[in-house]
Amino acid sequence: MSDGARPDPDALLARVQQEEAKAARGKLKIFFGASAGVGKTYAMLGAARSQQETGADVLIGVVETHGRKETEALVAGLERLAPHEIPYRGQILKEFDLDAALARRPALILMDELAHSNVIGSRHPKRWQDIDELLAAGIDVYSTVNVQHLETLNDVVSGIAGIRVWETVPDHVFDAADEVVLVDLPPDELLQRLKEGKVYLPQQAERAIRNFFRKGNLIALRELALRRTADRVDEDMLAWRRETSVESVWQTRDALLVCIGSGAGAERLVRTGARLSGKLEAPWHAIHVETQESVRHTEAQRQRIVRALELAASLGAETATLARPDPVAATIEYARRANLSRILVGRDHPRPWRPWYRSVADRIGHAAPDLDVIQVARSEDSRQAAVAVREIPTEDWPAYAKAAGICAAATALTMPLAGVIELTNIAMFFLLAVVLAAVRLGRGPAVAAAFFAVAAFDFFFVAPRFTFAVNDMQYLMTFAVMLTVALIIGQLTARYKRQADVARQREARAHALYGMSRDLSAALMPEQIVEAAEHFLAIEFDAGAALILTDAEDRLRPPLFATKAGIGGRPAVDDGIARWTFDHGEAAGLGTDTLPGSPLLYLPLRAPMRTRGVLVVAPRDPLAVQGPEARRQLDTFAALVAIAVERMHYVDVAQATTVQMESEQLRNSLLAAMSHDLRTPLTALVGLADALRLTRPPLSTEQDELARAVRDESLRMSALVGKLLDMARLQAGRIQLNRQWQPLEEVVGSALKTVESALATRRVDIQLDADLPLVEFDAVLIERVLANLLENTAKYTPDGSRIVIGARNAGDMVEVRVEDDGPGLPRGREEDIFRKFERGEKESATPGVGLGLAICRTIVEAHGGRIRAENVEPHGARMLFTLPRGVPPTVEQEAAA
Amino acid sequence: MSDLRPHVILIEDEATIRRFVRLALEAEGCEVFEAAGLQRGLIEAGTRRPDLVVLDLGLPDGDGVDFIRELRAWSTIPVIVLSARAEEAEKVRALDAGADDYLTKPFGTAELAARVRAHLRRRGVAADPSAVISFGGVKVDLAKRTVEKDGAPLHLTPIEYRLLTSLLASPGCVLTHRQLLKTVWGPSHAEDAHYVRVYMGALRKKIEADPARPRHILTETGVGYRFVTE
Repeated sequence: MSDGARPDPDALLARVQQEEAKAARGKLKIFFGASAGVGKTYAMLGAARSQQETGADVLIGVVETHGRKETEALVAGLERLAPHEIPYRGQILKEFDLDAALARRPALILMDELAHSNVIGSRHPKRWQDIDELLAAGIDVYSTVNVQHLETLNDVVSGIAGIRVWETVPDHVFDAADEVVLVDLPPDELLQRLKEGKVYLPQQAERAIRNFFRKGNLIALRELALRRTADRVDEDMLAWRRETSVESVWQTRDALLVCIGSGAGAERLVRTGARLSGKLEAPWHAIHVETQESVRHTEAQRQRIVRALELAASLGAETATLARPDPVAATIEYARRANLSRILVGRDHPRPWRPWYRSVADRIGHAAPDLDVIQVARSEDSRQAAVAVREIPTEDWPAYAKAAGICAAATALTMPLAGVIELTNIAMFFLLAVVLAAVRLGRGPAVAAAFFAVAAFDFFFVAPRFTFAVNDMQYLMTFAVMLTVALIIGQLTARYKRQADVARQREARAHALYGMSRDLSAALMPEQIVEAAEHFLAIEFDAGAALILTDAEDRLRPPLFATKAGIGGRPAVDDGIARWTFDHGEAAGLGTDTLPGSPLLYLPLRAPMRTRGVLVVAPRDPLAVQGPEARRQLDTFAALVAIAVERMHYVDVAQATTVQMESEQLRNSLLAAMSHDLRTPLTALVGLADALRLTRPPLSTEQDELARAVRDESLRMSALVGKLLDMARLQAGRIQLNRQWQPLEEVVGSALKTVESALATRRVDIQLDADLPLVEFDAVLIERVLANLLENTAKYTPDGSRIVIGARNAGDMVEVRVEDDGPGLPRGREEDIFRKFERGEKESATPGVGLGLAICRTIVEAHGGRIRAENVEPHGARMLFTLPRGVPPTVEQEAAA
Repeated sequence: MSDLRPHVILIEDEATIRRFVRLALEAEGCEVFEAAGLQRGLIEAGTRRPDLVVLDLGLPDGDGVDFIRELRAWSTIPVIVLSARAEEAEKVRALDAGADDYLTKPFGTAELAARVRAHLRRRGVAADPSAVISFGGVKVDLAKRTVEKDGAPLHLTPIEYRLLTSLLASPGCVLTHRQLLKTVWGPSHAEDAHYVRVYMGALRKKIEADPARPRHILTETGVGYRFVTE
């Protein structure tokens, strides 16, 4: 009845999984403050000390005391990690040593200044990424951060304080912290502390108070910090509410879509989007639509788009770049598909000179009235940038020269006709020239051609000739028409040309991808794969490639390169980074969060079954492989390579299996032929000796005995051949066991029957425990084991001996024993007798070559059991073998009759 | 009817083996027709009105199992198969195709003679199904569906009874696990060979004097079971 109030099982499961992941992860506690000097580090150290007093293993990773006495007093007595020294341009820079911290594995580590950027050459560019790795390793972390370092508040703070900080922390790090402690200090007290020199050294303090620590600033920052903390507390509370009760008040369609354009306001737009989505607790996406206009973007604009997309991705957005002619339609389609109901766009420039122009926001609103469109104000600098972009001339001068040439040619052609034909028709020629220029050369040269044409027409043909003076005003009409035609056709041509360019580019990309996938699917050798990779990367990213595969033990093999060393020669592959990439299954190096200082990008080859190796991309221009779009393409490409590598692996496996099967088949047919050829004459011998005794007249007693001896010896020979063939079969590769679940009793009975004659003069006791389960074994082979053991026992015991066959449960095995009260085994040789051609006594009258027990051992071991022998007191030998019990199938009990 | 001797067709490619098998069979009073290959064997089987076929499985001109299938299309005469050890799968194939018994090479003439006698006798009495079968102190009344051991009534479960009667129906013949599963449990259980083994164990405990060393329900390891009365 109250189904609606019951927790959604999927959500609960997700929470359980989240909590499990959290439990394994370390906990992050952030000491949060409004500005420097409020005492975050002091509070952190205090908390750490009280932790240490409770017995926790505390380590200082990084603590900046800024020479403050109170703080330094707290540091004393806490273990401190030695910094890692990195040489950089002749200097030695000190940086936090992540590997040492991971190796040291404290319970809690102190990492001051969450927003710190690491020295170039460290594994991660940012300290929060180091912290993430520490947390992943299960280490608790205490850290500190000021409000202006939060990514989404960066703009706001710079607006208030006029100071922009470059070291920022993505909000998700802050929001994902397990605990946030606000360290608060009223502005007056902070200023007092500053004046007393408790925050900065005196002369620094003076400057700081003037620039940053103005009271107004401090009040604003404090309010921001308090509000941000309150937001977090609110989130915590909401999360708690969601866990306890379950009423969903959240619309699923609240998600945001941020449209990134080429303007300078893109980053601001992204930050606003991040902030809004945080408020709405809704997922958000950021897209950029590439249109025909995109080809005209300057490098700076392209960079800006890439940076904005990266920023969005780092702030938790899903990003995409779409290639469409109509950005509005593309945006709406994307929003519908991803179920995003709010679209965030930057406000367009006002364009008074084009009153018919409608902004993107208007067009989206018109085309999709059901979607909310939010316009974000532009910042001032974006306008400058936009103006600056317009000033860059992009046309080429030869085209203008050609336009002039066309007009000159038209003039030369029509000169002789002057006076012969009507001026109107001559004007037509010039119009033709303008159209030609527009079609051939584009808009700018077309306009130029229109001017040239009008000028030439006026100068050479319109009376008074050879002057620019115009008698008849109606020719002005001619100029206007020519100019309009030139503009319209030039515009149209330019548009189609751009469309053709984009299409060509797309086709080239598709072609390269197609060619690469074709090459990859045909590749049978790693060399072919690396050639295909090199080829594709050279075309698409102007980059070289190296392929690192693994051997059977997961060790990385030396990198493979394409034969003709491609772009920039063979890249110098760093084995350490390659290993890290392979172990973590994550990209590393250039443009990633891990060791971004490397000139190469390392991509893991994640195939469906497992990671198969590492693809190294060596771009000539580092920017070519950065940005979400390029990375996505590279990831897709790496996945294709991985599949090719995996397929190659299975081709190898299949080949090896085929070879093995063929050689096994050969061996089997050889053995079968041998078996047949050896047995046929033996069968004939046995049978003929028998038949001899059936002849008429009957044989004499002596002859009959001889015939019987021939028969018996032939049978013995046959048994021996049988054993030899058994041994050969068992040793010739893997034994094919025909395992079936069965009671031991049956096989004991049949083994006894086969050696009936040998045991005729012995007493045999069968002692099978009543609770024996069904055991899975190959009945024929285990019968042979038992028969061989019994035969062996019969051979080495005197007449009248007692033989016991028993079986019992022994843990997860069933133990079968054959025991006698004969003379026993020679001391110390108990294990040797299971070797081939080994017998208890070297030269004895007892027949046999010692194959029987070796066969037993091979068979038992193939079943996963063990065989051994021991002596029993007072005398006698005991042979024991075990078989795994496994889980027997149930046998349905029939209903009582 | 000048010749009352049973006709036996012997299909074997090795001349020396043919020779002593023929001697043994003739000593048993049979008339033997030899064939060195399958094709010849089929012709002999079609023309000689045989009472028994002795067939070597390893023939150069074809698969002995195919011969059995073809023969079974029109005849129920007993077929004894000759085969080597370590070829249990072959034996099972031949038995499933319709062979009645097998002999493992090398074998003696006495063994051969005993099998041949048993199958010829079975063929003689097949037309006269006796309602009561006795062996080793056990008496099975097929009409009344009762079993007695040493004069006292013996209680069998329905499956055990069906298992016993299917063995009794073919004395001396080897029945494979699959054949028993099919007749007792039905075709859907054809792969559950452990059923047969478990119930056979139970049946032996009730019928055999020493179940570990059975005298009537014999195990043919890796192949199946054989029921013998003596």
